[in-house]
Amino acid sequence: MEVGDVYSSRQLDKAEGEAIESVMARSQQTIPDPDEWLKQELKRNILLTSVDAMLNWARRSSLWPVVCFPACCAFEFITTAASRFDISRFGMEIIRASPRQADLMITAGTLTWKMAPQVRRIYDQMPEPKWVIAMGACAISGGIFASSYSVVPGYNRIIPVDVYVPGCPPRPEALLYGIRMLHQKIAKMSLITEGK
Amino acid sequence: MTVALSGREIAKQIEENFPRSVVESSQQSLVVDKEFLLSVATYLKTTPGLDFDYLTAITAVDYYDYFEVIYQLTSLQHNHSLVVKTRCYRRDNPSLPSVVGLWRGADFQEREIYDLMGIIFDGHPNLKRIFLWEGFQGHPLRKDYL
Repeated sequence: MEVGDVYSSRQLDKAEGEAIESVMARSQQTIPDPDEWLKQELKRNILLTSVDAMLNWARRSSLWPVVCFPACCAFEFITTAASRFDISRFGMEIIRASPRQADLMITAGTLTWKMAPQVRRIYDQMPEPKWVIAMGACAISGGIFASSYSVVPGYNRIIPVDVYVPGCPPRPEALLYGIRMLHQKIAKMSLITEGK
Repeated sequence: MTVALSGREIAKQIEENFPRSVVESSQQSLVVDKEFLLSVATYLKTTPGLDFDYLTAITAVDYYDYFEVIYQLTSLQHNHSLVVKTRCYRRDNPSLPSVVGLWRGADFQEREIYDLMGIIFDGHPNLKRIFLWEGFQGHPLRKDYL
């Protein structure tokens, strides 16, 4: 099909089906968590240490989450964002609709294979450096739907995950704890080891 | 409160107009032969006094021996309701007449039943999968799926 062609609805359906099947075929293995660099003995450049500290502080103090809330964990996230738990304490109150302005994906909900290509695209559109928190049982492993015909058994089939927050759904406290864990992880980053 | 009409009473009325069309009936519902489904549905929608102008829902059940499709009808004019069922005895390419021509709301629901149960609705304007993607093998809500 050439760009500019007028597609029939049949052609679009077929193209969509093929895209989903190809994502399924490519996602039979889980993507390893990007944490190998944490174990490495960091050869820190003395000059860069304070730059690192400054940069990491800036990055973790204003994580901007992107909208990726396909299911019920979203309500726990909304509660976390609202006044009682208030993630604006961490500089996170701006939930970006555009992935290009975000650096954190909180995957709050069940992911179906039909949605998987879109989630991958949103992730690809986020600028580096970027992080992913897998929130809830479905995001970690597919949860109770793990053996279903239509559900992705864990977001780490599609995108690399930094922090896993268990629960079905996790309480806002648990999500905040996960965010704090991510802060600690970001604090260990270095310009030298960057690229994960 | 919506009054649920007796399936038995309505079955008598239908039988008078379409002999041998009702397979069985009870207080709660009536089962119509699928050959008569469209004419019975038209009758229920257009007869003064019945006026089932609103299709609340369509559902389908797999009973191993047959598929049962359940139409829940409501009349907004008279505030009464009725449950009409029909059965499909084939497992390979089971088919039923589509009621989209009578109730537009049937469009997506018939597509859903086609998607998950594999029942083909003859006369549907756009019968294709709605939840699952093009190229998916099988119909997952059937009891013999997997």
